[in-house]
Parts: sequence; C-alpha cells; structure tokens
Amino acid sequence: MAEMKTAAYICSGCGLGDKLDVPQLAKIAQKEGKMALVREHGFLCNAEGVQMIRDDIEKEEVTHICIAACSRRAKTDAFSFPTVAMTRANLREGVVWVVAEGTEHDEVRQEMADDYVRMACAELKKAKLPAGNPNHTHLKNLMVVGGGMSGMTAAFEAAEAGYEVILVEKQASLGGWAGKLWKRVPFKAPYAEPQETGASELAARVGSHPLIKVHLNTTVAETSGAPGRFAIKLAQESGSLTEVSVGAIVQATGFATYDINKLPELGGGLDHVVDHAGLEALAKASNGGAIKRHDGKEVKSVVFLQCAGQRDEKHLPYCSGHCCATSIKQAMYFKDANPEVSTVVVYDDLRVPGMGEDFYRSAQHKGVVFAKGKASKVETSGNGCRVNYRDLILDADNVIEADLVVLATGQVPSSGVDIAAWDKVTKEAEGGSEEAKQQKSELKSISILNLTYRQGPDIPKLKYGFADSHFICFPYETQRTGIYTAGPVRRPMDILQATEDATGAALKAIQAAENASLGRAAHPRAGDLSFPNVRLEGCTQCKRCTVECPFGAIDEDEKRFPLFNEQRCRRCGTCMGACPVRVISFENYSVDTVGSQIKAIEIPDEFSDKPRILVLACENDAYPALDMAGLSRIVYSAFVRIIPVRCLGSVNTIWITDALNSGYDGVMMMGCKKGDEYQCHFVKGSELAGYRMSKIGDTLTGMGLEPERVSTFEVAITDNQKVAGLINDYVAQLVEMGPSPMKGFG
Amino acid sequence: MSELNQKAVALYGNNFLKEVTERVEDGEWVSMCMQCGVCAGSCPLGPHWEHSPQKIFRMIMAGKRDEVLTSDSMWMCTSCYSCIVRCPRKLPITHIMHGLAHYANRLDVAPKGQPTRELARVFWNNLIKTGRVNELKFSLAVYFKDGFSQGIKNLLSMQVIALGLMKAKRLNPMEIIGGHKCKDVGGIQKMLAKAQEIEARRQIS
Repeated sequence: MAEMKTAAYICSGCGLGDKLDVPQLAKIAQKEGKMALVREHGFLCNAEGVQMIRDDIEKEEVTHICIAACSRRAKTDAFSFPTVAMTRANLREGVVWVVAEGTEHDEVRQEMADDYVRMACAELKKAKLPAGNPNHTHLKNLMVVGGGMSGMTAAFEAAEAGYEVILVEKQASLGGWAGKLWKRVPFKAPYAEPQETGASELAARVGSHPLIKVHLNTTVAETSGAPGRFAIKLAQESGSLTEVSVGAIVQATGFATYDINKLPELGGGLDHVVDHAGLEALAKASNGGAIKRHDGKEVKSVVFLQCAGQRDEKHLPYCSGHCCATSIKQAMYFKDANPEVSTVVVYDDLRVPGMGEDFYRSAQHKGVVFAKGKASKVETSGNGCRVNYRDLILDADNVIEADLVVLATGQVPSSGVDIAAWDKVTKEAEGGSEEAKQQKSELKSISILNLTYRQGPDIPKLKYGFADSHFICFPYETQRTGIYTAGPVRRPMDILQATEDATGAALKAIQAAENASLGRAAHPRAGDLSFPNVRLEGCTQCKRCTVECPFGAIDEDEKRFPLFNEQRCRRCGTCMGACPVRVISFENYSVDTVGSQIKAIEIPDEFSDKPRILVLACENDAYPALDMAGLSRIVYSAFVRIIPVRCLGSVNTIWITDALNSGYDGVMMMGCKKGDEYQCHFVKGSELAGYRMSKIGDTLTGMGLEPERVSTFEVAITDNQKVAGLINDYVAQLVEMGPSPMKGFG
Repeated sequence: MSELNQKAVALYGNNFLKEVTERVEDGEWVSMCMQCGVCAGSCPLGPHWEHSPQKIFRMIMAGKRDEVLTSDSMWMCTSCYSCIVRCPRKLPITHIMHGLAHYANRLDVAPKGQPTRELARVFWNNLIKTGRVNELKFSLAVYFKDGFSQGIKNLLSMQVIALGLMKAKRLNPMEIIGGHKCKDVGGIQKMLAKAQEIEARRQIS
C-alpha cells in the first residue's frame, strides 16, 4: 500500500457554518490533527463536493480522509469512498442540532466541534482500509436440514434463486407433519374452508428440481467449518457416510407434538381422547366421509379442548399459535361430513391471527359451538367421554358428553441438544465424572447438526427450547453464523408462517454464503470487510476471547492459541473488549483507534466548570437514538464526547482507565437491553460490558475515584427522548460530585 | 307445559341452539356471537337484568333452554339499540331479544306477572279491539292488573293527574263506553288475522 496521505474535509452546509467557526476547525485539523490536506466546503455532500474528494483521492493520492460534517449514519451514499480509509466527525447531529441555541452557548458548542474534529483526525491516523478476509471461499450452495413444509420451501426457494441445495430428511419421505394432514387451514381468500395441504405437490417439485439433491433416511453426523466452507458428514440409515461441503445451512427441523400422556387430567391416555395429529390420522382414514373412532364407531359428538398443556407453567408455558385455527379446521371436518355432528370447542382465549377471524366466522356459520371455559377433568363415560369444564361466561360448572375428545396440544421444537445442559455435563465430564460422560453421550445422540464447535453440538436456544437468536432484530438468524433456522424450530407457527419463514431463511442463507465468498461480514455489519487480527506473539492464552465470542468464531489451535474462523465472525469486537493484553484488533476499529480519540480531546482544567464526559454508545441502538435526538433538536449537555462502538462488548477496560487518567470526569456506556429479553445484536455484549465494569469499581476506588464515575445505561433505538435525559441527569450528577481529582495529571 | 312447548321439546331435544336458529326471529344470528361482552357492557339496564345478552347467547349455545326462556332479561330490554350499534359482529341483538321474548311468550313459558310482559299484553289486547289505543281503558287495565284494592289505591294516587288531564281536555271519561275507533276496524282485524296466518306457517306443525 502506498504511503499514508491524510485529508480533512470540513463542511459548512446545513447551518454548520452559521453556528461554528469553520476556519478554526480547519486550523485544528491542520495543526493538531496533522492532516496533510484540509479543505472547507459549503455543501460537501453535493456532486461538486464529492467530486472534490474524488479528485483528491485520484490526483493527490489521498489514502485517508476525515469528513467533518454530519453523522456517520447520514449521507452514506454520497460519502462512499471504498478505496480509502475514512472517519467522520459528527458536527451536525452531534453538535449544532443538540447544543442549546444562543450566543451564550457558542463557546461550548465550538469546543465540542473542535474536539470532534480532533477525535476524527486521531482515529484516522490509526485506521486502515479493511482489505477483506483473505481466507474466503467460493461455496455458495446450501444444506437444508428437515424435509417438512419449511425445509421443502427453503430448498425450493433457494433452488429457484439459482443456488444448489442439499436437502436432508431423517424419514423415508418428504412432507413432514404437513404430509400427515388431511387438509390445512385456509391461506387463500375467502378463508372459509379447509384447503389441500399441497405437501405432496411441493415434495414432487422439490424431488424433481435439477438443483436440489434430496437425501432421505439421512441424518447429519458432523458439521464443521464456517460460512462458505461448512464440511458436513451425512449418515445414511444404512450406516454409510457421505461427505459434502456447503456455503450455508438452513435448519428446518420442525417440532414434535406434546405427549398427551402427560395430561391425564384431560384424558390423555384414554381410548377416545386424541390430539390434533391423532385426529388428522382419523380424518385421513375417513377420506372425506364420516369420521370414525379407532373402534369403528362413527363420531356424533366431539369436544375440542384448547390450550391442552399450553400456557401452563407445568407443561408448555407458551401459546403455539396455530391450535385455535387447527381445531376450527378439524371441527369443520366433522361438520362438512355431517352437519348434525355436535362440535364444541372449549377455549380460554380464541386466538386466530392473520385471516383466521374469517375462518372462525365460517365455522360459526357451520354451527360449531365455541364455549369459553376451562376443562377440569375428562373421564370415560359409557362408550365415550365426559368433559367437565368451568364455563367462564356463565361462571358455572358444566358437563358435555362426547364420543371423542380432541386435545389441542402444543408444538415442542425439535432443536436438538440443550446447550446449557451440554455445558454443565461437559464441565463435569472434564472433572472426570463417569456419569456426566454417559449423560454427554446421551445428549450427543439427540443432536441434529452435530457441530464441532467448542460451544456445543447444536444451535443455542433462546427461550422454551426454540432455536432463535432475537425476536425483533434478526429473524432466522441464530447464534451460529451462517446457520439459519426456519419454521416451528424457531418459534411456534402454522404452515403459512412456516413457508414465509423458510423463504426468508433461505434468502438469509444465500446472503451469508455470498458475503463469505467476498470476505465480508454477515448482518448486522453486512458488507464489513474488516476482520479480527491477533498478534499471537503477545497472546497469553488466557482463552477469554474464545470463551466470550458469542458466535463461537474462535477455536484454539494445538498450541492453545486462538484460531479464528473469520467467516463465523460478526465483527462485534467482543474478543477485542475481552483481551486483557490487547492483541486483538480490526483494521478500522481497534484499541488504538478508540483510545487515540479518547486522548485527543482537550480537557479544560478543574477551575473552568466544564466537565468532560466520555460516552461510549452502541452503534446499533444508542448511537442512532442520539442521532435521532439531534434530528428532533432535543438539547443535551455539550460536555459529553460521544464515540460510537460496535458493541459494548467491544469496550476494553483500558479505554475507561485511559479516559479517567486523562481527566474525564465520568464515562457513560450506552448499550442494549440485557438479560433474558436481551436486545443486544451480539447476544451478550452489553451483559459482558456490565460484568466487566462491575469489576472496575475496585480499580476506581484505588485511583481515588467514585465508582459512579463509570456507569452503564440501557438505551433502545427508539429512546431519542430518553437518551438526552440520561445524559443531562448524569452530567448534573457529576457536576454535583465535583471535578475529577485526576485532572491535570493526564 | 303448553302443547307448543311439548312439540318443540320433542323436536329439538337438547339442541336449543338449533331451535333458536329455526324458530326465533333473527335467531340464526346467535351462533355468530363471539362472546366479547361488548353488548353486556353497553346495556344501560345491564345491572338490572338476570342475564346479559352475552350470557343469554352463551346459555343458548350451552343448551340451557329453560333458563333462557324463563329469564326476565329479554323483557327488560328498552330497545335503546346500544348493543346493535356496538356489536363487532353486527348481531341485531335488540331484535334477537324481542324474538326470544316473543317465542317464550308463545310457548307460554315467559315469567308470569313480569311487568313488561303484562304491560305489553294489556297494550296489545286494547289495541286490536278498535285499531286505536283507548288510553282510559288501557290505564285502568294497568292499574287493576294486580287486583281490585291495589287498583283503587293506584287510582287514588293518580287522581290529581287524571283531573288535570280532564281539565286540559286530554282525557275524556266518556271513552269508557266504547270509545272512538279507527275508520276501518274490520280491515285492521283482517290484516292481523293474515299476519297470524303467516306466523302460524313458521310454527311447529
């Protein structure tokens, strides 16, 4: 790479020129920032301004540019210079839009802008243009595990998009649960009648697709590698192994039904009590005629009990979402064959999302009776069953006699090994416990993907055993990069949702394989070419990075040094924050790029009444919230200096001690919500930051500082009002505390 | 048990929902109730009923025939139409209530002495005689519905108003004999007979 040549561009558009002394900013960039080239422009993001920068890159051979204008999140199309390293000083959203109006605030406003220019220049000198991961691969095919409706859809959609697919199914035929249904809940207008499932047609299309290779009676014996280079061993029932390589994986392993024998109070185990799956079998056997029980008696009266073993802490605590519509559909099986059959649905809350309301109404037209109530006991009565229930409208006990009772049981995800249990037995097994070793091999036997990852053989579960990563931020995405879940293994859902889900997951898998082939990161830093570099000669083999990486990207080599699987990396920087000897860095994001920004600002002395507070803001949520605060012209204190970080997990404690040593009065860290309902894009970054900062209290006390000088806050992307309040309250708290005793020693 | 009632029981057995659907005016709507309870919450007389419309509908679905038909709830409806206006499923609740009341009346299982039912009966009997409401006879019939001595008490308590009405020529004591009629009493009665004939076609044969 050619010699580094720096340039700073200072924009005076959007009112920056009116409120700030732009020539002074230019002087700072030149004198303090040591920029080789400094230019001012009245409207930097217009064609002329952008052309000026392009010309400099071409003619002046500028390699590093600092743009002092708006937030790094704004005008990204105009300020796109992929051939040079770039930093942005946020003078618009970060200064003129948030500092109070009026000449009395001119001084602090200018100081803030000065500091942001200093910071951007300091960062620029440490940054490099990311070159992309050199270890990239060219595999773009997918493996889909599971041949049900979700799996077949994912395979078909990916193949239609032009990608080769290997479809693995444990059973002898494709179709899954959908193949066992008589009809499905309607998904087309007028949403009034049960419809054909279409499973066999889809199976035929999948089976004959030139880009899809179907492996029946097959399980996944081993999955190793990373996006773009997964190496899979497929085990046939016969015992033979096939080795394949794929670029990305979709896991659509679906669900199992909840065991009705666990519901004896609702008649689970009695002769004439079945679950939804059992009734589908009866309906299929009747082939459109009158539905008969196992003993051959034609059913004249049937009762459906909703939420059987669901929304119940003793059984499944969640709602499976599809069962109300499924019971409605099954009640119609009876009504359509013979309108005289008495069909009663006992429900607590009838939940029919989507167009289900029309379907519900159609069932009412057909004479299906819906009773809001809670069943207490189902017992054998004569040649049928007696259902005792509490009618919740009449507030009275009631009894219905029926030939058949159908329990609407829930979906239990087929998500393989519980990673938490795996961790526990792994630790015990390492301690030498024979029992734990036995348990470990039992756990291993139910594994679906058999990952060779250090974090365990399957995808981690989010809640209730469902393999998901985040409810809101990235559907399909799991905590294992390049492996996407779709369908009821991810969350409870019906066929319609599962097919949409599978399409989405297929597209995400394609994206992951494409990104890996270009050496780029996956969502949420899609397109990021930087990747973690480690200076192995400084590594102390403490293993913190390997343990803390939320995505299992880091293994250990035979000498116990960290071994990066860059394609698994999502560039959050958690390893960088974890490293006690600071040997991990990214080309454009390192301990140095942030550290030098922290040290670049000018700290006023303790008599000036101008405290300085460092804000480390998560770029996914807190930083956009701050930008949005600017956009809404919400005023906050001009004493803060905000640095966006990839994730609070990437915050290295050295930054905090550096900041306090150089005389900052306090440090605010803004991250995402942590805990069970976490919103962290990198799973546990903010949690790790909280944990690390809890350890820093002693260090602060040792330095003679109050522990409150370092605080963490949870900020969601929508918190633009709240974030200004947080800043102002914290600044007020620090003003009351008085200036940091470290001032002047830095 | 009335003959009609016996026939209905024989025909429908426990399936009261079907009976209501087929025999009660607007009764086919009952099965479309989704038990949201908006009608019950909207009814200005809600606290004074034995059963809210929501409960009545649920009782019909649960086959509680006797409880529904002997309930005083349908008779308490003042036809304010709040429930119809608010029902998200667009059920003509007021009309169903009237239909149920009418059906219970026809089967002769409606609550005996229920004031609204009595008033309606007196009003109707008064009206069909001459094709006009004879206000004097109507008032007297209402006052004396609970016996002679109660009737005298009612009369005495209302005498000031009655005298006032007479002074203002709003009440003619001579109406007690015959009273004025509409122009074509025979026509009205023929019309009513025809209506009853149509009604009878829907009855259980």
